Amino acid sequence: MAYSDKVLDHYENPRNVGVLDKNDPNVGTGMVGAPACGDVMRLQIKVSADGVVEDAKFKTYGCGSAIASSSLVTEMMKGKTLEEVGQIRNKHIADELALPPVKIHCSVLAEDAIAAAIADIKAKRGETDKEAAVAS
Amino acid sequence: MQIDLTSDFFELFGVENTFTLDQELLVSRFNELQKHLHPDKFASRPDSERRWSMQAASFVNQGYQTLRADLQRASYLLQLNGIDIDDETDTRMDPMFLMEQMELRESLELAEQSQDPLATLAGTRKQIKGLVSEQAEAFAEAAKSADWEQARVTTRQWQFLDKLLREIKELEERLDV
Repeated sequence: MAYSDKVLDHYENPRNVGVLDKNDPNVGTGMVGAPACGDVMRLQIKVSADGVVEDAKFKTYGCGSAIASSSLVTEMMKGKTLEEVGQIRNKHIADELALPPVKIHCSVLAEDAIAAAIADIKAKRGETDKEAAVAS
Repeated sequence: MQIDLTSDFFELFGVENTFTLDQELLVSRFNELQKHLHPDKFASRPDSERRWSMQAASFVNQGYQTLRADLQRASYLLQLNGIDIDDETDTRMDPMFLMEQMELRESLELAEQSQDPLATLAGTRKQIKGLVSEQAEAFAEAAKSADWEQARVTTRQWQFLDKLLREIKELEERLDV
């Protein structure tokens, strides 16, 4: 299958690959996986006291589209508030990367990883929210 | 011999509808059906029968592939019991399991750079095969007590391990040239 230029760009030059200290009270970690393709994605955000994403890192084991989706969302998230980050939908990711229908689930994985990371940081800060209950 | 293309695969082969089915019986039933459906036997038959025999042969093959492989048989049993595995859309997994999966994939990356990559990979494969056996046992147990929710969790985790085994194989082929 042919990847779009944007997918190839993120795949060949992934942004923000790495790891943040998951025990840091300001770091939210989201881990998700898609059994169909065996992809595993870890997405982490470092959030300031006033709720702004200062840094984002990811590590993804999966196909080019999954890597590109997570790479893209780390770029999208930086500088945004948690609330704004929570608005990112898989459609935004899929449109931006021009993912074909069979690869849409890669963008779903990235959206779910964002939700899991937000839930983690909120749980750490004692802010209960519905997502936390779902993701844990 | 009766071949009903609307039956499920267990019925098709006349084997017990269970995860721990009799593999030898499955193989011998498959061979019988294949012989029965051999194209030579239909060479002088009318078109409609020939077409049916080809359809039936493909159905029998598909059924055999599905029941023969443990993971496929497990997924098929879930499907027959009305359980949706949601393997593309439901990404929520036990975090500890995902952590372990991350580490296993990291160890594959490291294996490539190790002194004896093939030996390192063989070790990792052994470890993963052990985990697969555990999942297979857990599935058998869950299916026996009709705990399909647990069977679903097990199958979903198993899929990751299966992917790892395929990746090891690809790596080995790449390294072995």
